[in-house]
Amino acid sequence: MADGSIGLWTVPLAVLGGAIRVSTPFLFVSLGECITERSGRINLGLEGTLVMGAMSAYGISYLTGSPWLGVLAAGITGALLGALHAGICSLPRVNDVAVGIALMLFGTGLAFYLGKPLIEPTAPRLPAIDFGWWSDIPQVRAALRVNVLFLIGVALAPILYWAFRTTRWGLLIRTAGESSDAARAMGNSVLLIRLRATMVGGFLAGIGGSFLSLFYPGSWNEGLSSGQGITAVALVIFARWDPMLCLWASLAFGGAAALGPALQSVGVTSGYHLFNAAPYILTLAIMIITCSPKRTLTGAPAELSITR
Amino acid sequence: MDFGRISRRHLLQGGAALTLGAAAGIRPAFSAETTIGFIYVGSRDDYGYNQAHAQGAAALKKIPGLKVIEEEKVPETDAVEKTIESMINLDGATLLFPTSFGYYNPHMIKMATKFPKLRFEHCGGLWTDKDPKNAGSYFGYIDEAQYISGIVAGHTSKSGKLGFVAAKPIPQVLRNINAFTLGARLANPKATTQVIFTGDWSMPVKEAEATNSLIDQGVDVLTCHVDGPKTMVENAARRGAFVCGYHTNQSPLAPKAYLTGAEWNWEALYPKFVKMIAAGESIPNFYRGGLKEEIVKTSPYGESVSAEARKHADDVKGKFLSAEGYAIFKGGLVDNKGKTVIAAGTDRGQKDPELEKMDYLVEGVIGATS
Repeated sequence: MADGSIGLWTVPLAVLGGAIRVSTPFLFVSLGECITERSGRINLGLEGTLVMGAMSAYGISYLTGSPWLGVLAAGITGALLGALHAGICSLPRVNDVAVGIALMLFGTGLAFYLGKPLIEPTAPRLPAIDFGWWSDIPQVRAALRVNVLFLIGVALAPILYWAFRTTRWGLLIRTAGESSDAARAMGNSVLLIRLRATMVGGFLAGIGGSFLSLFYPGSWNEGLSSGQGITAVALVIFARWDPMLCLWASLAFGGAAALGPALQSVGVTSGYHLFNAAPYILTLAIMIITCSPKRTLTGAPAELSITR
Repeated sequence: MDFGRISRRHLLQGGAALTLGAAAGIRPAFSAETTIGFIYVGSRDDYGYNQAHAQGAAALKKIPGLKVIEEEKVPETDAVEKTIESMINLDGATLLFPTSFGYYNPHMIKMATKFPKLRFEHCGGLWTDKDPKNAGSYFGYIDEAQYISGIVAGHTSKSGKLGFVAAKPIPQVLRNINAFTLGARLANPKATTQVIFTGDWSMPVKEAEATNSLIDQGVDVLTCHVDGPKTMVENAARRGAFVCGYHTNQSPLAPKAYLTGAEWNWEALYPKFVKMIAAGESIPNFYRGGLKEEIVKTSPYGESVSAEARKHADDVKGKFLSAEGYAIFKGGLVDNKGKTVIAAGTDRGQKDPELEKMDYLVEGVIGATS
């Protein structure tokens, strides 16, 4: 169009763009949590890990000038927080849900404290790959500016799906999650497996955080996560502990998050609070449709404290 | 309340604070050190609302004889009462600035009643005769600065489509959206403002999505009313759109894209308050003002602002600064549903309390309040 607007096409394009832009943190946190929960433990602290990851990535990127070092630092921070969670949970009679909540508060609090001097400066951001080169419509090009982390996340989902089914490591994690007695009988340390699974989960969640501060929205501030970490943990249950479903669910959440602003921008202005709540309504709807009083959640690891 | 648990130490502390307060109230100059407490709801370097107040506090720190204490991220709950009490009892604060809207009633009112000799100044509240005399509320007509931003935006926009990322449809926000739009239509009568409400004061991902959606619609100048404009400014600049700032000057974040902005000018107001106290004058309990009273200001024009836009904006700014003033909301004003909201012939000046109840969007705004 002559005036540079693409009218109602904005909505599907924004949902597509949103699915790509907004979904990445959901994807990383949910894949990480998927690994942790498949080993039989819930780490609710990933919200804190996400925020810590965002803060440390931004800080390291600002100090060193390399956003990729920032991503690495976010992953390491996440893995350390994961180790802390697993370490505390390996003590006798410790509830992993309670530890998770404590670590969620600890992580966000620590990130806000250490991140104070980082709110003002501007750190180097991660580059984007231009997948919209074929189009001469600026809106399409903007929607298809994709970050490498998103591609890594998308590739990771089928890899994890495959790894859970066919590799020795996948089998060990699943055994620890389904029956710790069986894992022990096989001569493996359940605690060690869970420690590693929680650390990998934390590593991924930290990287998810680095996407928030280094790519989109692309700066560090205290409202950055606004609950995305905890939403992603819920997403794992919603995705039935299946990495591929985690991918689709994350994309759906990202797209749904873009729906509210996009509809308002084309003039659908009534009930925007409802559209802003779209991701949560989506969750509730799917939960209600798929739940059944007659059986436990399909795919739930048997050792998980919420299903046991 | 268990009186047995109030120790002598507490009484002494309270008594000392009260005497100090009384002394500071009548003393003509700050011979001894006077302590002023600032309380922020968020982080004081957020490139937004809280930073604007922190800049005002920083201006006070430069005055000899003044000690400024600050606390950030104090929620709008009982927590603010505890902060106020500890600032008074432990630090000896005699003048307090709880800067967030929700601190006013009941929290600050309660504290002002409890410490009648100390002075409390609240930003944004509506002081009435029923409230304690040692409490006051001040606020600025920042819509005047938004009106100037609108003029510059209207001149700069090629598509005539402007965007506004707003938090919630409350009167202060609607007033800014309307003033921005009316200013833009002064420059370009066909200009429209597309507004997107994100639902809360700090929602970075939603703000970024709103910014992108607006630009996808052909919007080429954006402004906002959220707590931290950093997200909108950075994301809009990345997409090649122009921005008008809010709360403070965000031009360091996007020097090329930044046109101008509506800023608070607390660093001018707070020293004025302190001088009034030092001179033994009382600060009016209900204190309001705009560009003329130096409570708000506009950011310096960016390099992309044309000479024509500068001239137009400066002319209107001159009218705001003149003795007779200037009314943004003039009679014959129609809202975007076609209803006349201000009857012809009745101009609503800035101090008109009707404007503080604004619940409509003017003609030219695309959006709805609910």
